[in-house]
Amino acid sequence: MSAATTKWVGRPVRRVEDARLLTGRGTFIDDHPPTGGVHHAAIVRSPHAHARLLGYDVAAALAMEGVVGVITGEDVAKSTRPFSVGVTAPVRYYCAATDKARFVGEPVAVVVARDRYLAEDAAEAVTVRYEPLPVVTDPERALEPDAPVLHEAVGTNLAGHRRLVYGDPDRAFGEADVVIRERFRFPKYGSTPIETYGIIARWDPLEGVLTVWSNFMGPFIMHPLTARVLGLPENKLRFIVPPDIGGSFGIKTSIYPYIALVGLAAMKTGVVVKWIEDRREHLLASSSGTDRIAERELAARRDGTVLGMRFKWLDNVGGYIRSPEPGCSFRPTGNFVGPYGFQHLEVDASVVMTNKSLTGPNRGYACGHLYFETEGMMDRLAERLGLDPAEVRRRNLLRPEQMPYRTPTGGLYDSGDYPAAFDRALELAGYSELRRRQARARAEGRSFGIGIALAVDPSVSNMGYVATALDPQFRAKPEYLPKSGAVDAATLKIDPLGRVTAILATTPQGQGHQTIVAQIVADELGLAPDDVTVVDEMDTFTRVWSISSGTYSSRFGSVGTSAVALAARKLKRKLCEYAAHLMDVPADQVEFSQGAVRRTNAKGPAYSIKDLAGRGHWHTDSLPAGMEPGLQATAVFGFSGAKAVDAEDRVNSSNTYGFIAEVMAVEVDLETAAITILRYVTVHDAGTIINPMIAEGQIYGGALHGLGGALYEELRYDESGQLLTATFMDYLVPTATEAPVIDIAHVVSPSPLTPLGSKGLGESSSMTVPAVIANAVSDALAPLGVRITELPMTPDRLWRLIRQARKPT
Amino acid sequence: MKPPRFEYHAPTTTEEALGLLARYGGEAKVLAGGQSLMPLLNFRLVRPAALIDLNRIAALAYIREVDGQVRFGAMTRQRAVEFSPVVRQRLPLLTEATRWVGHLPIRTRGTIGGSIAHADPAAEYPAVLTALDGEVVARSARGERTLRPRDLFQTYLTTTLESDEILTEVRLPAMPAGAGYAFEEFARRHGDFAIVGIAALIALEGRRVVRARLATAGAHPVPCRLRAAEEILERDGLNDEAIAAAAARAGELVEPDSDIHASADYRRHLTGVLTARALKRARARAGER
Amino acid sequence: MPGPVAVRLTINGTPREGRCEPRKLLVDFLREDLGLTGTHVGCEHGICGACTILVNGEAARSCIMLAVQAEGSEIVTVEGLARDGRLHPLQEAFREHHGLQCGFCTPGMLLAALDFLRMHPDPTESQIREGLSAVLCRCTGYQGIVNAVKAAAPVLRGGEHRP
Repeated sequence: MSAATTKWVGRPVRRVEDARLLTGRGTFIDDHPPTGGVHHAAIVRSPHAHARLLGYDVAAALAMEGVVGVITGEDVAKSTRPFSVGVTAPVRYYCAATDKARFVGEPVAVVVARDRYLAEDAAEAVTVRYEPLPVVTDPERALEPDAPVLHEAVGTNLAGHRRLVYGDPDRAFGEADVVIRERFRFPKYGSTPIETYGIIARWDPLEGVLTVWSNFMGPFIMHPLTARVLGLPENKLRFIVPPDIGGSFGIKTSIYPYIALVGLAAMKTGVVVKWIEDRREHLLASSSGTDRIAERELAARRDGTVLGMRFKWLDNVGGYIRSPEPGCSFRPTGNFVGPYGFQHLEVDASVVMTNKSLTGPNRGYACGHLYFETEGMMDRLAERLGLDPAEVRRRNLLRPEQMPYRTPTGGLYDSGDYPAAFDRALELAGYSELRRRQARARAEGRSFGIGIALAVDPSVSNMGYVATALDPQFRAKPEYLPKSGAVDAATLKIDPLGRVTAILATTPQGQGHQTIVAQIVADELGLAPDDVTVVDEMDTFTRVWSISSGTYSSRFGSVGTSAVALAARKLKRKLCEYAAHLMDVPADQVEFSQGAVRRTNAKGPAYSIKDLAGRGHWHTDSLPAGMEPGLQATAVFGFSGAKAVDAEDRVNSSNTYGFIAEVMAVEVDLETAAITILRYVTVHDAGTIINPMIAEGQIYGGALHGLGGALYEELRYDESGQLLTATFMDYLVPTATEAPVIDIAHVVSPSPLTPLGSKGLGESSSMTVPAVIANAVSDALAPLGVRITELPMTPDRLWRLIRQARKPT
Repeated sequence: MKPPRFEYHAPTTTEEALGLLARYGGEAKVLAGGQSLMPLLNFRLVRPAALIDLNRIAALAYIREVDGQVRFGAMTRQRAVEFSPVVRQRLPLLTEATRWVGHLPIRTRGTIGGSIAHADPAAEYPAVLTALDGEVVARSARGERTLRPRDLFQTYLTTTLESDEILTEVRLPAMPAGAGYAFEEFARRHGDFAIVGIAALIALEGRRVVRARLATAGAHPVPCRLRAAEEILERDGLNDEAIAAAAARAGELVEPDSDIHASADYRRHLTGVLTARALKRARARAGER
Repeated sequence: MPGPVAVRLTINGTPREGRCEPRKLLVDFLREDLGLTGTHVGCEHGICGACTILVNGEAARSCIMLAVQAEGSEIVTVEGLARDGRLHPLQEAFREHHGLQCGFCTPGMLLAALDFLRMHPDPTESQIREGLSAVLCRCTGYQGIVNAVKAAAPVLRGGEHRP
């Protein structure tokens, strides 16, 4: 068989999804009731950041006409189990507060009524008696001996702690010519998709089946976890995801506790229960990235060679630790060293619980934190050594001949030419000219700065990384079940007229899976994308799926597309065998090209897909002996490099690794502290690009999300644990006027691990923008000695730094 | 986030509205454009017994030139102000300030009277009303009175309007031909309420400043007329030194508060910076017409 | 307590009628009572703009309007843009320039952009950005939307495209 020609892959094919979405015919969770008799839930939430629950009075709510039921923490404690958590500390995390509320907005009761207006009226009529307790929101304070303790059974607010040592960091620091130290703070910010969480739950008591429609994005490990919480066998819990999800960016992973809560409400009230999260609930209590305090140390030689680093992290996961946390600390384990060649590293990670909302994946999951710190350190090294920041990076970059590269922390970088991509970014930005402009601007008293950030962009997390949170001794116990894997499945079937239906188990949130799959299948089978219908409505009862299924961790471009390509190739092999049988020649004398099976010597008739499909469906007797009837194939693609964490805490925490090189130029108005982005270049190596239009869209979106975290967005709390940014008037999502113009370029180093050579790209610049703009602003303010170590850089905060620096000492 | 229950009235005349308002004795809320009140209702932060919706009172929406004033019916949409040729000609400061009021779809519904009666000190219209030293007309079943800005604005979101009164008209004196003007604003995102905004008006005779008007948004519990800074300009003219002196004085005249978007110190500092910038732009424009 | 009231209005050229409580938000009335689920709810406090529709030809937030206030008005929702099985030129431009990803903000974005282009038929890029800042999008970084609006402007100037 010849390799597929790429007529469609690599082209900016217009999206299949757009027609329905542009005309108001999308099917989002709140749009089309999948079943009759829907009632509506409103959730009663704790107004206290920390309080003991003393009792509930639900009589007034139940007395209201149209209210069908109220469930409280007592029901939750009685009828559900706590969720499994990713640490060994005995944190009991239920789907609603049972003994204490541990953050403002934590669910304490659910009211079910005829409509949402009434449900909200009734929720106000529920009285919950609280005994307020002392509050702690700062992770450093939370670890002090006299701090209020959130979970008495744990006895401390430390949910977990790991000290990971790779190589010999003590020796590296001992031998270093220079050692640099810095403290960083990364803010708590969220995803705020424009569509909030939504759930519809139906309990069928005679069958004992709970069906839940929701905009859950996976991973589907949360399905068995939720079944266990509700005491249901897994085959009696059905998760269905509608075709359209209104954005996620990580956050819709963390909807699953609500699935349990709304599911319980359906089971208790006997009616179909629908709950659509409102924006205040979303900001108060959905999920966010962690806020982190980081102490960084870097050891280097005088020539700029980095010898080793030490990371000391306090990651604040809020009132409980909810899976997949503490991914905030460990998701990037394999790429802790980023694109650099140093071999010695110590990571001291403390996961702390405080009276804030819970955390979880948010675009770039933990990588925005990682690179903000690392790239800040690289600039400080350059400054200390009097080197250009580009030069100091170049001296440490991994070289293409080192690929595939095993990092000291266990990552396997599959491909890449980092220096070439970096040079491309510098060239595109006109780096030397920018430096000249900077010199002129400084001479005029203006604050012009240039930032650089480089990053390894991990895609397709290996489920195994979560066990890095556990001690090796714990993992060594015989009863411990190791974890690993990253798989996706796809099914292709050919109808009697030769058209193809592709069935996926993914949960796209705007990434255009239907378009991309149609492109891949069209190329593989010599069809037009229009001949391919793609169905991606996840349903745990009907789809082929596994623990790691879902659309998260930039998976689709890498693992999902691979499953599709493999299924197509499997199908092609069958078509070839079938046609060879019809031609009465050995299968190795035929090939598939341009949508038909032909003899390799080009003699005799060709059998088109349509032809084979017609025969195969109508005349099964024409199939070769022993061939399974039906023209369909299911392929499950998994990465062989996804292994469990080893005894030395090494783990290939993702499966494909791209590269990002960015250069940004800014000017800071010293009077107002306003930051203007003058130039922003981003170069990506994500392997084969399947649809450049969609790829660019991901980069633009990721970059603006990162900019939000760097400049605008923060879930800010006061000392009593009240959220100060609980509306879109205070939680500032960037608008079109704040969005920078971006110059995007690609360097292509196909992955040797995927059939198409593609890697993920979904998180992309969300993980580099905080670093690149912080470095650019630091560079702009370098003459004043101002360095950015804390985000977001609000104008007020920046103005204070400038004022402080200008004060005569 | 659904509003609590309320009774709803949509009178078609001001008299009818005033009668309803009197009847509810302070328990009703007047609904103008709704761009501030409706969110408060959705958050259930206000719980009026009744809403008296002014949107059906056609007589409250107009822009008229009378005796050197431009008069606006309170229900005139911000959008109508934005695109009004009369406003552009007579009150270009107001046209410029309007672009800072929310976004176009907000201005479609938002009204000039509603914005002023809501008295958010960070809003643009109260600052313009103050800078231009206009007046508003308040009516009740008891009668009618006119109020100057200093008599209207009390503190954050609080005016001297009585619970049975409706702000029915806004009167702004037409700007002198050739006057320089500028509305400078610093906000964290476009369309947000100002961290600080400055409305500036400069009338020149030759090089002499015959009238300088400066007022703030966001820098003070009410829109603050920066009279002492104006006096510097009226005394010393519009040279850079005078502008710097006026700007420095401006920062001393305001008493800002801190909130999550900006500290009091920063607001005070911005008041000076934006005053200087507004004056420089106003100077460049003076005599344009 | 106030009982339901009748609301009669014209939507996308068709007279429609329903009954609801006076407190019912216009967006909920459109979605729940009239089945027009193309208009989306994103924040319910007038900031995100996902619920933007045209009321008497002008863009407005339907989450901070009461259904009763729309009595007698002419409303255009996203369902009313495509005609005779063909996309509106602005919809075409969004498709061509990748002006949408998840599509959730798209209905509001389209109607806000349409109103903006009516008032600013020949806009600069910075005017476009200012105009589009009325609606939040979390997917696109706005560039595709800006490009789409820029491309649609001359097409809309050139022809009579109602609404």
